Order: sequence, then structure tokens, then C-alpha cells
Amino acid sequence: MTVEIGHFALILALIVACVQMVVPAWGARIDDDRLMAVAGPASLATFILVLVAFLSLMDAYVASDFSVLNVWANSHSTKPLLYRISGVWGNHEGSMVLWVLILTLFGAAVTLFGGYLPGSLKARVLAVQASISVAFLLFVLLTSNPFERLNPAPLEGRGLNPILQDPALAFHPPFLYAGYVGFSMAFSFAIAALIEGKTDAAWARWVRPWTLAAWMCLTLGIAMGSWWAYYELGWGGWWFWDPVENASLMPWLAGTALLHSALVMEKREALKVWTILLAILTFSLSLMGTFLVRSGVLSSVHAFAVDPKRGVFILAIMMFFTGGGLALFAARAGELRQGGLFAPISREGALVLNNVLLATATGTVLVGTLYPLALEAVSGAKISVGAPYFDLTFGPLMVPLLVAVPFGSFLGWKRGDLRAAAERLIFAACIAIVAAVLAFAFVRSGPWVAPLALALGVWVLAGAVWEVLFRARMGQADPSEVLRRLVNLPRAAWGTAIAHAGLGICVIGIVATTAWRSESIIAMKPGEKTELAGYTIEFQGTESGRGPNYIEDRGRFLVSSGGRPITELVPAKRLYDAPPQPTTEAGIHAALLGDLYVVLGDAQTGGGFAVRIYFNPLVRCIWMGAVLMFVGGAFSLSDRRLRVGAPRKARKPLVVPAE
Amino acid sequence: MAQYRNHLAWWRRPLVGRGAVLGRSRGGRGALLAAALAFVLVVHSTVPSFAVQPDEILADPRLEARARAISEGLRCLVCQNQSIDDSNAPLARDLRLLVRERLKAGDSDKQAVDYIVQRYGDFVLLRPPFNAGTVLLWIAPLLLLAGAAVLARKQMRGGNGRADRSGEAPLSADEARRLDEILKKAAD
Repeated sequence: MTVEIGHFALILALIVACVQMVVPAWGARIDDDRLMAVAGPASLATFILVLVAFLSLMDAYVASDFSVLNVWANSHSTKPLLYRISGVWGNHEGSMVLWVLILTLFGAAVTLFGGYLPGSLKARVLAVQASISVAFLLFVLLTSNPFERLNPAPLEGRGLNPILQDPALAFHPPFLYAGYVGFSMAFSFAIAALIEGKTDAAWARWVRPWTLAAWMCLTLGIAMGSWWAYYELGWGGWWFWDPVENASLMPWLAGTALLHSALVMEKREALKVWTILLAILTFSLSLMGTFLVRSGVLSSVHAFAVDPKRGVFILAIMMFFTGGGLALFAARAGELRQGGLFAPISREGALVLNNVLLATATGTVLVGTLYPLALEAVSGAKISVGAPYFDLTFGPLMVPLLVAVPFGSFLGWKRGDLRAAAERLIFAACIAIVAAVLAFAFVRSGPWVAPLALALGVWVLAGAVWEVLFRARMGQADPSEVLRRLVNLPRAAWGTAIAHAGLGICVIGIVATTAWRSESIIAMKPGEKTELAGYTIEFQGTESGRGPNYIEDRGRFLVSSGGRPITELVPAKRLYDAPPQPTTEAGIHAALLGDLYVVLGDAQTGGGFAVRIYFNPLVRCIWMGAVLMFVGGAFSLSDRRLRVGAPRKARKPLVVPAE
Repeated sequence: MAQYRNHLAWWRRPLVGRGAVLGRSRGGRGALLAAALAFVLVVHSTVPSFAVQPDEILADPRLEARARAISEGLRCLVCQNQSIDDSNAPLARDLRLLVRERLKAGDSDKQAVDYIVQRYGDFVLLRPPFNAGTVLLWIAPLLLLAGAAVLARKQMRGGNGRADRSGEAPLSADEARRLDEILKKAAD
């Protein structure tokens, strides 16, 4: 019964969303406050209705109600509770309901927190937001209904793909979706601004924090996926340039560009047109990500739905919003007045460079991902575009970007002095050079560019740290004064520094683990020892065991260093009950300098087991960096300027004199 | 789906000099085939990944290093975007052994890769070759960079253009210098 309530609620949500799409927009057009006021309650009602639908589906999963087709196909009664819950979005239909839920949540947030927005802008934003809801609610109800029943009801379900039964992956989709869908906010505001023909301080002040929030979620979501791939897929890779990964990377890159250009727009009223274009493109890329993943055009682990009907439907949604958005942009962008003059060498100029490079990188990933499809459609030739292509194209684009990051923070608005900035950055440059020299001196293996690339990461990190210290007058004022200044630094400044430091740390991790990873693949019999990266690994044998819904063979490895025992690693090979599918569980020892990563392979014909051992230097920096970017975003979000919100108040000069 | 059937055909194509295919047991596949062929193939090739087996490794470490480097650039044809070095699919193993065989027979890296490309087409290369079909792919980053730079310039000019129309004359060199001095004083 609850499932029928959910289905009914979803249909009601569609109807309310239709009202929300039409009435406020019409009200804004004829300037009728009562009609515009419909948007608020309607957005709350849509959210509550979709929430009811979502919870009823979750209820069916928790109760293992196999009379529901979706639950039967994706769940199993022996599954632990966490995975029965995450199973709701571990499949196509349920994940689309989650998508709509987050979409309507953002709509409700506009109503709840957007009190100070001009009435017509708010009405239009909510109407645009509702149009996206309508499209996706139709998609769910017409092609991907999760509430279908089975009669007679089977006794047991088919189970969730065991590699998806993992804590990191349980929360990976919600964060990713919050990011994707969060960019819809920027999109709706961009469209509303184009319809209104103007943007003001309230516009940028509102768009930036929500873009930031979406970007934070996407950052964390991508990091979780990468972290999961690292320990679950069993060969220690953390990024594969898989089309589906690219589908999430593109909105992230575009969103990062959007964040920075929105900053210029908020502070200096420049780059308005560009920011609006980016807002449209970022959300379009989110939609494209959904299309690529859900349509099965690029089949992969994520493509639950290999159903052409669904693919065509999402393609239509994507074309409508992207095409419509861009057409509106082409027609109306000329009317937007933008001010804010600036010299090429200035904070604005640096942010423009950031945008140019990020936009190019986004485009490169897009071309690389879609080119094989396009080429096959045009000429029938089949090619593969894999990691080597992206390493060769994406990599070089990141170099000038990383070089420029610390400069950006040290250039003044409007007109900057490159030489002065460079002089202030000598400290960071020295640290980077020392890092490169040390890497050259102590690490003999690996490509020769690796120490330079490492220095680039150190440069960004040191630049970020130095920025905070410099603003606190480190070395000029006495320590207590420096401390006072540090505490009083606006949170946004802290946020920028932390996020940039995170970027630097991430780069350091990527370079170190890519260039200096060591590996050993051997057959080991119980009692045998091997060495890697200063560790001695002794294979002690295997044993069988049983988990809640799987059986496993565990290998025991004693790890020691210099005769001193360090830890015992227990990698395993699992076979799940339903569906009967094997997985590997790596044994990982995390140390300061890197991860020791042991995978148990198959029994060998001559006795013993195949064993794969890796040492991944500094690999954790990659995800630590991503988490720092998230934290930096959170700091920035908590800045008083954004919390207070009222544009007039915030227009006062900020407390910090230094810049 | 069609794409996958195609790959399957590739995988079934007999390899010269290869007898029984070793590797993972394929138990449980039958039950899953009913669900979705593509999904199964992908999952089977991604999940219990144990790619290079100890018995494949060549005794000569230099030759082995070359073989690994080549393997990283070759696509596992039955997998989704995985190199044969990363994949545990039987076909990937066959290709890895084939590469090693060619190297042992004295092929250069290029000859070994060409040998594989001859049999499987450009599709097997993870780094697409530069030819008429892929020109756009390879110059795309440059075109995009140029396009973005032009757009950005227009944006910056847009502001200037309007400012000019509003009658503001640009600062003369002397004015600029004086302004700089004032600003510097203010900053101190």
C-alpha cells in the first residue's frame, strides 16, 4: 500500500510542478504578486510530495517487499540494513527519484532562504526550477517507474551488485547528485536573469553560495567514487578516465570555473555574460552526465539502464534545456549591462585565465569522451580514447593553471602588479624548488618530469599557506598581532587558502603515486617472504570464512619493516550469495609516506597463490586534498558576508585591509 | 548492446598459437546472462581484478618492463575502457602473452604494437593514432583554447568598449604613474 501512496505522491508532485512552472512565470510577466506568490507554497509542496514518494520506496526496500518489481530486482532480504537503504538509489529508477528529490529540495531552499530576493526574480527562478522537475518527473513516471508491482510476489530478491555494497559507495550517489542537481540552481538563476534582462548584486550574491555548495558536494562525491575504486576494484587505480568518470569531471571543471567567475561578478560586476553562459553550460554538462550514464550510450558499471527509450527521453530533456538555454542566451545576453573595468594583469585577469583554462580542459574531456561515438557515427571507424590521450592533453592544460593559482591570490583587483606578486611569492617558489631538488636527489626511478610536477603541487600548497600568513603580516608584525590577524581573517579568505592548499596536496598525491608507485606480482606459498618499498611481507596462509551475505577466502600477510612487525594484512576474495558474484577485498596498510596494498589472487597450479603487492606513495593526499577543498568551500560558505545575505549591508567595505 | 556483441565476437576469434584460455573461472555467468549481457561482461571484467599473473612475467626485467609499458597502451577489447594491463579478462591475458611473445621473438616495441593493431584495428590503441579521422580530436584542445581566449578577450573588451563610449579617456602614462604612486602610498 505504501508503494501506491508513493506512486500517487509522485503523480501529484508532477501536477503541482506543472502549476509551479506556469503560474509564477505568468505572474511575473503580467506583474501580478498573487500569481507570483504561488511559487513558494508550490515548491514546498512538490518537495514534500517527492519526499513521500522517496520514503515509501525506501520503506519497501527496508521491509524487503519483493512484490515491488524494483525491490525484487535490486535487493535481498539478507542484505545489511545500510545497503537495503542505499539500494534505493543503487538502481536506475530509484536513483532518478533521488535526483528529483534533491532537485525539489533545492527549489524548496529558494523559497525558504530566498526571502530577500526580488519577487519577480524568485518567481521566475522557481518556475524554471519547476520546469526541470516536470521533465524529470515525467521521465520517472513514463519510463522508469520504481513503483511497479509483481504478482505473484517472489519469496526472495535478486540482490544488489556486491561491489556496490560498500559504505563509500552508499553515499557516493547522493553527494554526486547533490552536485549535479545543485548546479540547476545556477542554471535557473541564469535563465531567470536572461528573461528579466538584468542581474544585480542580489543575483550574484545568491548564485555563488549555492554554486559553491553544489561544487562541494560534487567534489566529495567524485572523491568518494575514486576512493572506492581504489580499494574495491583491487588494482589500486584511483582514476581511469572512464567515460562515466569524465561525465562527473566535466561539470566539476565547469563548476569550478563558474565559482571563480561568479566571484568576479559578485565583487566587481564584471564578466556577467560569461558567468551566465558558464551557469548554463555547467548544468548542461550535468544533464549530459546523466544522459551518458543513464542512456547506456557508454556502457559501464554505472549504466543500470540499457534501454533506448530512456536514453532518447533524457537526450530530449538535455537538448531542450541546453538548446533552450543557449538560444535564450544568444537572444538576450546582449542586453545585460556589465561594468567593472580591469587590466589584464589583475585579480580579475587571473580569474579569467583560470576560466579560459578550465573551460578548455572541460571541452577537451568532452571531446575525448564523445569523439569515438561521433567518429563511429560519421565514418564507421572505431577508435578508443583512453588515459594516454587525456594525460597528453588535459595534463599540459593544468600546468599553467597551477602555476597561476598562487599569483591570482596576490594580485590586486582591477590592476595588479605582477612583479610585486612574484616578489611576495619568492618564499613559496623556494620551497617548491627545494622539493623538486630533493625529489631529483632521492628518488631515482620514475619519469624526469615527475619532480617538476611535484614542485608544481608544492608551489600551489606553499602559495596558499603563504597567502594566509602574508595577509596576517607574518614576519612584519609581532607574533600576537599575527595571530590576531589570522583569527580575524574573513572566512572566505581562509576558505580560498584551504581549498587551494587542498588542490596542491591533491596534485602532490597524484604525481607521487603515478610516478613512483612500485609493484610486485609473484606466486607465494605459505611461509614465503617478499620485499617491497622497505617492507617485508610474509604470506602465512589462507583460511575460509563467512560474512553476512558472502563466503570468502582470506589470506594472512605479516608485514614488518627492519625486523619490526608492523601489521597484519588480510586481503580476501569474496563470493556473494545473491547475485553470486566474486569481489576482491584488498589489504591496505596506510602509512605516512604511502599505502602498502596487497591483493590475493588465484591459487596457482604449482601450489601457493598469486599475490599482487603495491606501494602507492602519498596516494592518500589525493583524497585528503579533495576533502580539504570541501572544507575550504565550507569555510567560504560560512563567511559572514554570505550568511547575512542582505546585499546592501554587505556592500560595505570588508574588515580586512590587507590585499 | 550491439557494441558488446561485437566485442564478444572479437574475444571468440581464435588466437594463433593460443590453446586453452586460462584465467578466472567463469562460474555464475550463466545466471547473470539473463539479466543483461553488457552489464555482466563489464562487471566480470572490472571486479575481481587480478590482471597480470605471476606466470606471465618474463624472466628478463627489461623485456618485462617494455611489455608492461606496451600493455598499458592497449585496450582490453571486451572491457569498458580498460587497458590489458589492468584487466583480468581472458582476452586481455591472451594479448599480454602475445605482446610478450613478440618481444621475445625480437620485435621492437613499435613492431609488437603494429602486429596487434594489424589484427584488431586502431580500436585496440588507447592512444588513438594521428590520422585524417582523428585530426580534430588531437587539435581540439588547441582550438578550444583559442576559442575560449577569444571569448574571454571579448568579455574584457566589452567592458572597455562601453567605457570608451561613455567618454572616459584612457589614462596617460604620466597619470598612470601618479596614480600608481598614490595607490602605493595608500597600500603602505
